[in-house]
Amino acid sequence: MALRLERRAQHSQLMVTLSPVIAILLTLLSGIVIFALLGKDPFLSLYTFFVLPLTSLYGLTELGVKATPLILIGIGLSFGFRANVWNIGAEGQLTLGAIFGGGLGIAFYDSDSALLLPAMILAGVLGGMAWAAIPAWLKTRFNANEILTSLMLTYVAVLLLSYLVHGPWRDPDGYNFPESRMFSEAGTLPLLLEASRLHLGAVIALLVVVAAWVLLTKALIGFQLRVVGLAPAAARYVGFRQKRLIWFCLLFSGGLAGLAGLSEVAGPIGQLTPSISPGYGFTAIIVAFLGRLHPVGVLFAGLVMALTYIGGEAAQIEIGLPAAVTGLFQGVLLFFLLACDMLSTYRIRFVRQPAAGPVASVKPAAGEAAAQ
Amino acid sequence: MSGLDWLIPVVLTVITASTPLLLAATGELVTERAGVLNLGVEGMMLVGAIAAFAVASATGSGLLGILAALLAGAAMALVFAVLTISMMANQVASGLALTIFGVGLSALVGASFVGIALDPLPQLSIPGLSAIPVLGPILFGQDLLVYLSFAILAAVAWFLARTRPGLVLKAVGESHDSAHALGYRVIAIRYGATLFGGAMAGLGGAYLSLSYTPMWAENMTAGRGWIALALVVFATWRPGRLLLGAYMFGAITILQLHAQGAGVEIPSQFMSMLPYLATILVLVLISRDSTKIRLNAPACLGKVFRPAR
Repeated sequence: MALRLERRAQHSQLMVTLSPVIAILLTLLSGIVIFALLGKDPFLSLYTFFVLPLTSLYGLTELGVKATPLILIGIGLSFGFRANVWNIGAEGQLTLGAIFGGGLGIAFYDSDSALLLPAMILAGVLGGMAWAAIPAWLKTRFNANEILTSLMLTYVAVLLLSYLVHGPWRDPDGYNFPESRMFSEAGTLPLLLEASRLHLGAVIALLVVVAAWVLLTKALIGFQLRVVGLAPAAARYVGFRQKRLIWFCLLFSGGLAGLAGLSEVAGPIGQLTPSISPGYGFTAIIVAFLGRLHPVGVLFAGLVMALTYIGGEAAQIEIGLPAAVTGLFQGVLLFFLLACDMLSTYRIRFVRQPAAGPVASVKPAAGEAAAQ
Repeated sequence: MSGLDWLIPVVLTVITASTPLLLAATGELVTERAGVLNLGVEGMMLVGAIAAFAVASATGSGLLGILAALLAGAAMALVFAVLTISMMANQVASGLALTIFGVGLSALVGASFVGIALDPLPQLSIPGLSAIPVLGPILFGQDLLVYLSFAILAAVAWFLARTRPGLVLKAVGESHDSAHALGYRVIAIRYGATLFGGAMAGLGGAYLSLSYTPMWAENMTAGRGWIALALVVFATWRPGRLLLGAYMFGAITILQLHAQGAGVEIPSQFMSMLPYLATILVLVLISRDSTKIRLNAPACLGKVFRPAR
């Protein structure tokens, strides 16, 4: 017996929808192995990691807090990934959004104007867009690979933030800690729920999901993105302008990443610090794929990935697991997802094989061809 | 010769900064020449680094550490190969997954090794020769991995240009369908090239944790895996230019350290940006000529191979 992959005549829509579910289940199964290897009770660990955070109202609101940036960035990236525009530098665009918006918050730290927050949000979006415009320009003008340029710019952005909070933007009354002033009340996103950290950003993220869904299904640009992804040759024949799509994808995802950065610093953090994100920009790549590059899917995927963050924190506190388990789970999940995706294009067949050998392995293939 | 004494430490540090890049990029070059784009170099380097450190600190043997890094890097590459070559998954997404996984795995394994110091790899001084002023310590006073990085690069250059298996590997990267039709085992060759790339990335990681800074820190590669990927483009997939590129980047990395030492009044963060900005600049300069890239890049780079019946 041997396994053979056989191409499906048609893309299986059922498997496209099911494969994230299968991938999550496989990840949980491998979680049992990982926890056992770490010398912990696997089932208690799984419970602590994936269930315990959901049993309290505070845990649920924290899920929303972590999911907000993931959904915002994931929506943006999913548009680009559809058109094979690989923006890997969302973490850097998030950082620039925080710097632009947060800079405004620091400049007007004693303001109580109702205009401050909208201005900060706008500045955050523009900051992310500006940072993403660099790889867009380098790609369209000089043909430079956007994966590498956007990623390199992430390191530059984090260093820039580090310089600002260690130097010119350091809180003058902050005992030399590398942190900026706290933003004023008017420069902070209002809370949705007392005694939680859930803030207005979550509502904005939901609105973005709806807007992205409309854009994707009803607008010309969404149609173009879908065509480029499904049939690049057709897109070329119809004359979609490739460069314009690259610009759109990068500015769109950069702007949303910038918004995510601003909503982090004007939300749960309340000031600029050297590290404002536990890698949301990278995790959002998984969110986009897990959500099938579809806005509604991204919404759910964002919640799932948010759970790996709070689950990791809970497991750290309750059973002393290292925080890095979160990253491991995220990587494993993406592996399983990519593997399961194969099942939407191929079906697995068990083929009875005669004696091994390169010649023999060709024969059943020829037989199948005849049978079809 | 005493006038050149200041030069020795500079050249020595440039070599240490260049070696991990050269090792990882040499491996990725072979992988890409076979038509496989593995963006997981950063993750494989990190796992190689922690494997080398863990084994070396447990056994006290740097050599066993190096061996562990080779195996760990290859094991990571095997996961990627199964996904992309056998299961035909998207190479870009799988490479990103490999990096995310590698960052997490190395941080998890490394959690108990933070703060432990290790004796750096010994320098293989050749008695007599390493006593030659200036040239001695530079040419004959390095550790094993530095010599290896040159030896492997030379071997790869010879293999690709002068040997039959090397030509077959390039053929697989240029046109997997033609190579398949000629009876070459495309899948086996791609597995081999990918595993070699992983082992070399592991070796690059081992150099970081055993020699460059003999300790473990989370994310200690700091983007070197990605810079190695850019170097392969810069080298237009040719081994000779890889050497030039890796040493240019090593020099830029070291420039910032020495500029700070010399009292240049620029905030350290801006100096630390230099290697990343230089990577972008180099990519732009080399990619500007799109025909050049098209002519030199393996034609099947990143494309899925489905064996025709």
